[in-house]
Amino acid sequence: MTIRTGRGPGMVLRVDAIACDGRGLCADMVPELITLDDWGFPIISREVVPARLLGDARIAVGACPKLALRLERQRD
Amino acid sequence: MRATQTQYQAGSVRQASTLPRMLPAGFAAGPASLADHVARYGPVAFPGPDHGRCEALIEEVERSGLTGRGGAAFPTARKLAATAAGQHPVVVANGTEAEPASAKDKVLLARSPHLVLDGAVLAAEIVGAQEAVIVAHHAVRDITDEAVSERIRAGVDRIRIRVVTAADRFVGGEASAVVHWVGAGIATPTATPPRLSERGLGGAPTLVQNVETLAHVALIARYGASWFRSAGTPQEPGSMLVTILGAVREPCVHEIALGTPTGEVLGLAGGPSAPLQALLIGGYSGTWVDAAEATGRPFSSAGLADLGAGVGAGLIAALPENACGLRETAKVVRYLADESAGQCGPCLFGLDAVAGEVERLADGRTSDLRLLRRWLGQVEGRGACRHPDGAARLVRSALEVFAAELRQHAEGWCAGTASVLPLPPRRQR
Repeated sequence: MTIRTGRGPGMVLRVDAIACDGRGLCADMVPELITLDDWGFPIISREVVPARLLGDARIAVGACPKLALRLERQRD
Repeated sequence: MRATQTQYQAGSVRQASTLPRMLPAGFAAGPASLADHVARYGPVAFPGPDHGRCEALIEEVERSGLTGRGGAAFPTARKLAATAAGQHPVVVANGTEAEPASAKDKVLLARSPHLVLDGAVLAAEIVGAQEAVIVAHHAVRDITDEAVSERIRAGVDRIRIRVVTAADRFVGGEASAVVHWVGAGIATPTATPPRLSERGLGGAPTLVQNVETLAHVALIARYGASWFRSAGTPQEPGSMLVTILGAVREPCVHEIALGTPTGEVLGLAGGPSAPLQALLIGGYSGTWVDAAEATGRPFSSAGLADLGAGVGAGLIAALPENACGLRETAKVVRYLADESAGQCGPCLFGLDAVAGEVERLADGRTSDLRLLRRWLGQVEGRGACRHPDGAARLVRSALEVFAAELRQHAEGWCAGTASVLPLPPRRQR
């Protein structure tokens, strides 16, 4: 099931689990879409990022010290 | 295609219409030589650089319905086609078989190395590769080398074959880890994307196929898709190698038609050596099922689906009534946690936490499942590879199948004394 908001393909957050070090900054930036597991690693929502959170999501991507977080077009 | 098949089936060649197709029938000491191999199966009609014939072979494999025999059951033809679309691809035959309880790939390479090599060379020609890399478990490295030397002496292959000893660690068998190992000597999975068919060994599009899958390709190229489909079920055609161990009279590797009743499969290993309570199916990242429920069902992923199991890499471990399923699970999960590549946090920390909790359940130090269930939910789908998912699947199935045992443990007693699942000595970390 694909939930799309707005026009064009939706954007989703994705973490490279190998690169991720569990610094946890992302969860502070966009808590609506990212929570931390019991070991401090981000659990990323699979939902399309709603338009109102795109700005926060971009900040989270930019804040990741390991460049492990990406905002990418949803794949089919 | 049709003409070449007939050509190679003619004469004194015995068509392998009955099982076993891949392993020698009856007792045979040592590996089949190239001469024995050709006498049994006939020569392969290698397609060479002929594009049309390569396409036809992919179509034949597609019609056969062959799926990967390393556990993931991905359609082989789709992988062949995806890699064939790339520039300067490479083929890797995966004989890592890092699963401590599984022996089928080792037995296949030890008995019928040329069938695997035929398949690897065929796959290389089909996708347009110049080289096929055979990743062989150290136990069968010498046999594989000798078989390759025989072929070089006989001048049968246009494709260069290189043999590499497999990494000796559980996650080393995962496709991207195999490529990482061959390319850089590091047996850890790598991030996706890119897909291996796009960018794998040395940056080249790479086809990684389990060695058994390639042996089937070698037979399909000779005898065709209809022949392949004459064994197995319409949904899961063909035969597969299975490793049967635990509480059976003669633990062994056998070749079965998919869909053979699971009880009959146990019969091939001499039947149960003790009353059974459960079977572990698929592998160490597989699924526990109730023995009585499973024995009547076909050994196929469709036949086992309602028990939550699938054939995986063809492992069947029989757990006797005098063993403790929780204890066995705790041992295996601790092993799987130790074998984490340590790259992804949820796998490194999560599996260790899960293993600790299963140990506490097995020792009767807790009967509370809430923390365990929470952590299982937090490891599933969170690794770069499926290693954490497999461990979680094993634990979830144990909680269902050994529910009665959980209650006993909560009351402070356990009837289990036997130990059946083999594990290597614990790694020093």
